[in-house]
Amino acid sequence: MYFLYSFLFCGTICLIAEIILDNTKLTPGHITSIFVVVGAALDAFGIYDYFIATCGGGTLVPITSFGHSLIHGALAKAETFGFLGLLMGMFDLTASGITSAIIFSFIFTLFFQAKD
Amino acid sequence: MKEKKYQGIVERHKPSEEKGKFALIAFLVGGLVGMLGEGLICFYVKVLSISRSDASTYMIVTLIFIASLLTALGVFDNLVKKAKCGLIIPITGFAHSMTSAAIDYKKEGPIYGIGSNIFKLAGSVILYGIVSSWVFGMIRYGIEVLK
Repeated sequence: MYFLYSFLFCGTICLIAEIILDNTKLTPGHITSIFVVVGAALDAFGIYDYFIATCGGGTLVPITSFGHSLIHGALAKAETFGFLGLLMGMFDLTASGITSAIIFSFIFTLFFQAKD
Repeated sequence: MKEKKYQGIVERHKPSEEKGKFALIAFLVGGLVGMLGEGLICFYVKVLSISRSDASTYMIVTLIFIASLLTALGVFDNLVKKAKCGLIIPITGFAHSMTSAAIDYKKEGPIYGIGSNIFKLAGSVILYGIVSSWVFGMIRYGIEVLK
């Protein structure tokens, strides 16, 4: 059942983004930034965790989950270190994603040329 | 006069149809990427016998690897042109924006080319993600402290 819910959740988010892209003057850069903020806002009040529990892996794929994991790590650290923990834990969960993206893109950039 | 009217009607109806098609493609492609994510999690849980949360990290790294490789090979740009938000909104779009920016500015050298441009597009996602997470985190934690 997780497969169907993953399909529906991820598809719906992409559908909303596509509708915004086609009907307004916003660029993909605007939309991804907005969606990250939306993900962080949803997680601040525990809504995103509910989606993850019910819809499975499809919720971790869209960019909204990036905002979710940023704030999730920050709040987990804040439990032990107080307000300073918000700064310490920010990258706890997203570190693997950002680091792997940097490393892979750097390595591939060294080996491949731009295609016109 | 009639012809002009007809043209006007055509113009009014054509874009919405196209928009509907784009939205459907984005929905299907985005959904398939989400399903691929769930499938990879199941695969890693079974093969490596790890927990679901560990497997989700593996899944994200795998998707980023695939997107970076396809971007470097020049395949992903064409796919993004067709599927648009279906591939931009998933984490693949993040990897795509970094790799394509790095490759485009490779000519300008390792420091002012790759180094300063790799975050050209992905930087806004990280900046606004962190600022908003900090603000919402302050609000959430503040509420918990006041309780």
